[in-house]
Amino acid sequence: MSETMVAVYVFVLACFIGYWVVWGVTPALHTPLISLTNAISGIIVIGALLVAGSEMGGFAEGSLGFIAVLLATINIVGGFMVTQRMLAMFKKKR
Amino acid sequence: MNSNFLALVYLISGCFFILGLKGLTSPATARRGNYLAMGGMALAILATLNSPLISGLGVIIPAVIIGAVIGAVVAKRIEMTAMPQLVAALHSFVGLAAVLVAIGTYLNREAAGALNGVLMGELAAGAVIGAITFTGSLVAFAKLQALVSGAPVNFNGQHWLNLGLAVFIVILAIDFVANDHFVSLVFLTLLAFALGLLLIIPIGGADMPVVISMLNSYSGWAAAATGFTLGNHLLIITGALVGSSGAILSFIMCRAMNRGFISVILGGFGAKEDEEGGGSAVRTAAEKGVNSAGVEDAAFWMGSARKIIVVPGYGMAVAQAQHALKELTESLEAAGAEVKFAIHPVAGRMPGHMNVLLAEADIPYDQVVEMEEINPEFSTADIALVVGANDVTNPAAKDDSSSPIYGMPILDVHKAKQVFVIKRSLRPGYAGVENTLYYLDNCSLVFGDAKEICEGLGSAVRAG
Repeated sequence: MSETMVAVYVFVLACFIGYWVVWGVTPALHTPLISLTNAISGIIVIGALLVAGSEMGGFAEGSLGFIAVLLATINIVGGFMVTQRMLAMFKKKR
Repeated sequence: MNSNFLALVYLISGCFFILGLKGLTSPATARRGNYLAMGGMALAILATLNSPLISGLGVIIPAVIIGAVIGAVVAKRIEMTAMPQLVAALHSFVGLAAVLVAIGTYLNREAAGALNGVLMGELAAGAVIGAITFTGSLVAFAKLQALVSGAPVNFNGQHWLNLGLAVFIVILAIDFVANDHFVSLVFLTLLAFALGLLLIIPIGGADMPVVISMLNSYSGWAAAATGFTLGNHLLIITGALVGSSGAILSFIMCRAMNRGFISVILGGFGAKEDEEGGGSAVRTAAEKGVNSAGVEDAAFWMGSARKIIVVPGYGMAVAQAQHALKELTESLEAAGAEVKFAIHPVAGRMPGHMNVLLAEADIPYDQVVEMEEINPEFSTADIALVVGANDVTNPAAKDDSSSPIYGMPILDVHKAKQVFVIKRSLRPGYAGVENTLYYLDNCSLVFGDAKEICEGLGSAVRAG
């Protein structure tokens, strides 16, 4: 099996996991769900790090990498913190 | 660090992300879920930085510091009413990052002489999905932030233009893969930027919850496509989780509006601008045969009610009436009433938005009930109090097959003994449809600003 085929396997199975897990999320938390998925989609920072930190990299890759790391970091930090802020507001009746 | 160890760490991160989402099953476990996801992210980033794939930190450190500061400041300062805009902006960042990573990776691999057809196809896909996510989210941001009108933008041949663009993008992608023309990659990215813009402008303000969910989904697919180009399974797993999450939310939102996904995408629905002034609302109401009530009358009814269901809509948030509503709730409970809040899935500007706004006003989440659960309870309620909601309470959706919103699931407020609707004027809601609820005998409109009325009701209930 080629590497691409393995990747396709991982992708399809992960879609199934996502499907089952997300249907279980309570509708009351759909906004935090969006902000949390937003934060974790910041995982694209790994791709950005590979571009920014590559030894082959010249000025072009360095600049592209810099902006990509910057954007992804805003996503990660902003996404997790705003999710935390929202979740802290959800309280049970005393 | 060898590559197997790195892959193992990525697997653990992926599991943490799954458990993090699983935590959102209930508000009680949600914060732990968020911490798990943070842990997964930290692990993945640290492992990547320590791997031999990264040879220098010179560019990385300043980018991370600046990004973290911006992210933290924005997350601390953002108003909860502005969450949809923030989310749209963040989606656009993922999209743009995906485009930059695709181009950067191409330059890297070209320099290393490690290009092949499959990789280039994946690069093109990553750039296209990222670019559409980027400009689409910018348009959504501009509409939500009211930088541009929320009204749908339609013109002749719009869908043909989009189709033509898509075909042209595919042709450029084939040229890029077959002939290694870097310029084709650049052009197809530019065309995808245009396509993202054109795809979102025809979608009206009323459909924003769908747009937000859809772009959430796209940002996931963009991350997954990047994972394919890099052969990185963590990106693929995460992208698939986010992509399916956004797709499910889009489906839930469409179902709650009884609209087909395709019809939302094609756009052109709703978003009438405010035309009617508030001044003569009471007189217009009388002419149309609508009952109106003063604050004292409504407070008198509420003071003796045992069960009250409040239906908040986005109008409540616009009037900043959450806190006044919370105080009114406390006064009613002190007077012996049971108070619940009924939430329609599309209340607010994004999925679950109303729940967050109520939580912010310190209203306990176990007092806030979803549509399907609360609907049977309206017939036992003494009073339904509608604050800034409109279309989601319109009985025409149930009994008038000629109504544009026919078939949309609604909150059955009309089944309560008495309904009070706090409203500025009689103008129709987002869908531009007249609400037949207002003409029922058991419904009275209380005209005025939601915040002032709620404050007035609160003090009248306390006094009585």
